[in-house]
Amino acid sequence: MVDNLEIVREARPHAAAGPKLVVSGLNFYYGDKQVLHDISLAIPPNQITALIGPSGCGKSTFLRTLNRMHETIRNTRAEGQVLLDGEDIMAMDVVQLRRRVGMVFQRSNPFPKSIFDNVAYGLRVNGWMRKRPLAEAVEHSLRRAALWDEVKDLLHESAYKLSGGQQQRLCIARALAVDPEVLLLDEPCSALDPIATAKIEELMFSLKETCTLVIVTHNMQQAARVAEHTGFFLHGKLIEFNRTEVIFKRPRCKETEDYITGRFG
Amino acid sequence: MGSRVATIEHLPRAKTPRTFFRRLRAGDHIAWAITALAAAAVLAITLLLVWELYSSSALARTKFGWSFLIGRTWDPVAGEFGALPFLYGTVVTSALALAMAVPLGVGAAIFLAELAPPRISDGLTFIVELLAAVPSVIYGLLGIFVLAPLMRRAGAPYGVGIMTAAVVLAIMILPFIVSISREALLSVPREQREAALALGATRWEATWQVVVPYARLGIFGSVFLALARALGETMAVTMVIGNTPQIGASLLEPGYSIAAVIANEFTEAVEDLHLSALIELGLVLFGLTLVLNALARLLIVMTKRKGAEQ
Repeated sequence: MVDNLEIVREARPHAAAGPKLVVSGLNFYYGDKQVLHDISLAIPPNQITALIGPSGCGKSTFLRTLNRMHETIRNTRAEGQVLLDGEDIMAMDVVQLRRRVGMVFQRSNPFPKSIFDNVAYGLRVNGWMRKRPLAEAVEHSLRRAALWDEVKDLLHESAYKLSGGQQQRLCIARALAVDPEVLLLDEPCSALDPIATAKIEELMFSLKETCTLVIVTHNMQQAARVAEHTGFFLHGKLIEFNRTEVIFKRPRCKETEDYITGRFG
Repeated sequence: MGSRVATIEHLPRAKTPRTFFRRLRAGDHIAWAITALAAAAVLAITLLLVWELYSSSALARTKFGWSFLIGRTWDPVAGEFGALPFLYGTVVTSALALAMAVPLGVGAAIFLAELAPPRISDGLTFIVELLAAVPSVIYGLLGIFVLAPLMRRAGAPYGVGIMTAAVVLAIMILPFIVSISREALLSVPREQREAALALGATRWEATWQVVVPYARLGIFGSVFLALARALGETMAVTMVIGNTPQIGASLLEPGYSIAAVIANEFTEAVEDLHLSALIELGLVLFGLTLVLNALARLLIVMTKRKGAEQ
């Protein structure tokens, strides 16, 4: 196990804050089947961390435990500790936790509502009711998601009228509206063409100022392009976690090297 | 390039042209013919039904005209026939039944689909589907022996009446609403629910604001099916509605429904006019169903908020 706390400090020596998320000894079970084994890692603030690995290696499951989304599936159990700014998320109110740790899913999943109502949804459940501030916040979120110019005249049209890439950026805007501290992205580009993918990657860069991003991706080039840190998962274990260039140029573990050179997976 | 074209030319040609019988064997045409026939049969049966109802009710239609619909007297002996008490009975019992069954049914469906642990949900759903299979005469008996005495104590003069029929109908249509609504709720993609939860919605907010609206077409569908069943239900209604062609001042008083009067009087109708009037009642019931279905469709279109196309 590579202890990456050191790596995190080394990468951001000036950062006043410690890591945004610290996971230690995380085990995860679907019923009796253990799918994550003793995962420990620290996710640095205001950076992009990528999680790579072959299908079924547990990287998505790991991501979902970070905002306790696994609890929506019955018979799942997570053991271990996840600290968000030093606070144990398992002991937090789950609704509060998810307001702080947002999520973007693999398949874009806008609600069958208008573009405006999609972005406003998270604000409304958080008690935003007045029209003006709501409209301003929606515009702000759409601008942050680099979607405003494309949709500003269609705000009250169905979200389903947008293209796949636009829908995914709408989902990001929707997640950004509640101003999360961490944004989890579960293979957000797997259904998108290269141009739409590039737009989302560009967007991720711009979000780093305000957000900590964790992205699960099948696409190793994507991890290499966007992430400061990369973790490699295999068979439910975190094999290696390091700065991205180290993972891709001088991996310490044989499995990592085999995977990134395309010998399997 | 040239060589490739040559290869194609040298491919062995299909030995036999695709004749009619060869094409038949492929199945496409047979499948087309059979399915088209099936679709046409549905249309033909409906048209035949309407035509039969229309032509056989000619006598009553020419005698009473549109006043048949607003006539309040039903007197086979005097040869006077008005449909209003039956229309009233059918519409009011069905509406009351829906008013009772829809909140209960949708509530139960939400519990079963979203909140109940799977074992309880499966068990309860099995029982609910069993309820749908109980013959209506059993519900009628239940109405006579259990509900009617209760209603008498609650102030209904005879126990049987419009309200009693409505309660029995509500119980009968409940399983349809629960079962179909539950299916609709279960088929909402998990990502929809998770998207709401990930924004900090509570479980109830995610259910009520995202899952239920997403499933609303299925839920509406269950209500329409229940309505159709309530409008046409004959046996249970005739056992508890009181079978009195009147528009009572109170819902607790006896009434009559279209389906019930047709079933009760058809075998005894010896006069041509009486028979013809009963058939016209059938036509009215058909028209009523048609109008209500059209209204239901309109409701769907109107409640489909802008931007909510699925």
